[in-house]
Amino acid sequence: MAPSTDAHTRRVTMTVNGRSVSAEVETRFLLVDFLRHRLRLTGTHVGCAHGACGACTILLDDRPARSCLVFAVQADGATIRTIESLAQDDRLSPLQEEFRNHHALQCGYCTPGMLMAATALLAETPDPTETQIKEYMAGNLCRCTGYQPIVRAVKATAARRPK
Amino acid sequence: MKPPAFAYCAPERVDEVLALLAQHGADARLLAGGQSLVPLMNLRMVRPEVLIDLNRCADLGRIERTAAGVNYGAMVRQIEAERSALTGAHCPLIARALAQAGPIAVRTRATVGGTLAHADRAAELPGVAVALDATMVLERRSGRREVPAREFFQGDMTTVVESDEMLRAVVFPTIDAAAFADFFEVGLRQEGIAIAGLAAYVAWTPGGGIAAARLAAIGVESAPVRLTTVEAALKGQTLTPALIVEARHLATAAVDPIDDTHATAKYRKHVTGALVKKALEGARDGTKH
Repeated sequence: MAPSTDAHTRRVTMTVNGRSVSAEVETRFLLVDFLRHRLRLTGTHVGCAHGACGACTILLDDRPARSCLVFAVQADGATIRTIESLAQDDRLSPLQEEFRNHHALQCGYCTPGMLMAATALLAETPDPTETQIKEYMAGNLCRCTGYQPIVRAVKATAARRPK
Repeated sequence: MKPPAFAYCAPERVDEVLALLAQHGADARLLAGGQSLVPLMNLRMVRPEVLIDLNRCADLGRIERTAAGVNYGAMVRQIEAERSALTGAHCPLIARALAQAGPIAVRTRATVGGTLAHADRAAELPGVAVALDATMVLERRSGRREVPAREFFQGDMTTVVESDEMLRAVVFPTIDAAAFADFFEVGLRQEGIAIAGLAAYVAWTPGGGIAAARLAAIGVESAPVRLTTVEAALKGQTLTPALIVEARHLATAAVDPIDDTHATAKYRKHVTGALVKKALEGARDGTKH
């Protein structure tokens, strides 16, 4: 990490959705705010800002993490993926398509976190059982759907993979 | 919901951490996985002047077999501890407890040392440490000391760690492979906060009696509580239905819980007894719940 004359700011460099970004940040700046306000990647949502809801879930070095509980300065050197990395050239990813097919969202506020948690699950366990899906997604709260459509969407995405 | 400004340090070596602690003492906080401290900072309930981030100290992230058991560095992620082959072979109770310690996206960041040093009354791993008589390794610039888990936890978010000290590692003793060891908890929802939980260990005599039972309840009092009266009643006995009923009553009487928004004290007493019954039935039947 580059030295800084002010203990309250640091320069950070990280890879976000395949792109290297570098910026001077206040040390108290949360990673989610860095993504949203500095990089304008507003797909990641802030729900509770204290780790209870999972709306801000991103992939931090390939693992799901709550971006409201990480300071941007801590992500120096890290590789980050957000929901903006899922669709390619305006084409939805299979997971996003199945969320749409199964009505796995209503208001959509929790959806970015749900999609990133499910992305991590399917990368780790390509063909998860319903119990595995429910356990893995238990940290992501949704007040609209009742969860069943979300579970079905993840199962349907897994079923699309070549066996 | 943003923390106030703080000076940030991210040392790569433990001696640098200890020097910073010696310099800043109570003005500093150590940042481990951040799953408890950062929420408290976001809510401005904790406002450190100096934040010492341990996440770049590679020395703190190792799991090692030692003569006494398995040594977990303070910064071992809970997901790593849970999935470690050393945990599976020598102390599977840790994996059973951590599986209930929160959602995946929390356990990927949360650490072994963080949950122990934070000492939330509802946290799972402190219960395992107290049940198994783990050894807490504390360090400050002037030296190192070892503290038994039963003396380490003083109450809500309070441990014996001094302001210039850090929890460097924890050593869990190896569990006898034939023994029963499991973790049980009751909460409002899966992966939610525990209303009450129980770390249970039962070792057998060659004749099938109880050589030793170790039981520690979490979430009921301000620190994990060893159910010593229950352990004494079980020692040397055969696990009959009548003994399980007696153990349940003793467990209910052994705890002095609090009332809060999640549950009444009376309910927590009931749950503690019920979990002891469930654990002993599991031990008798050789099943996991």
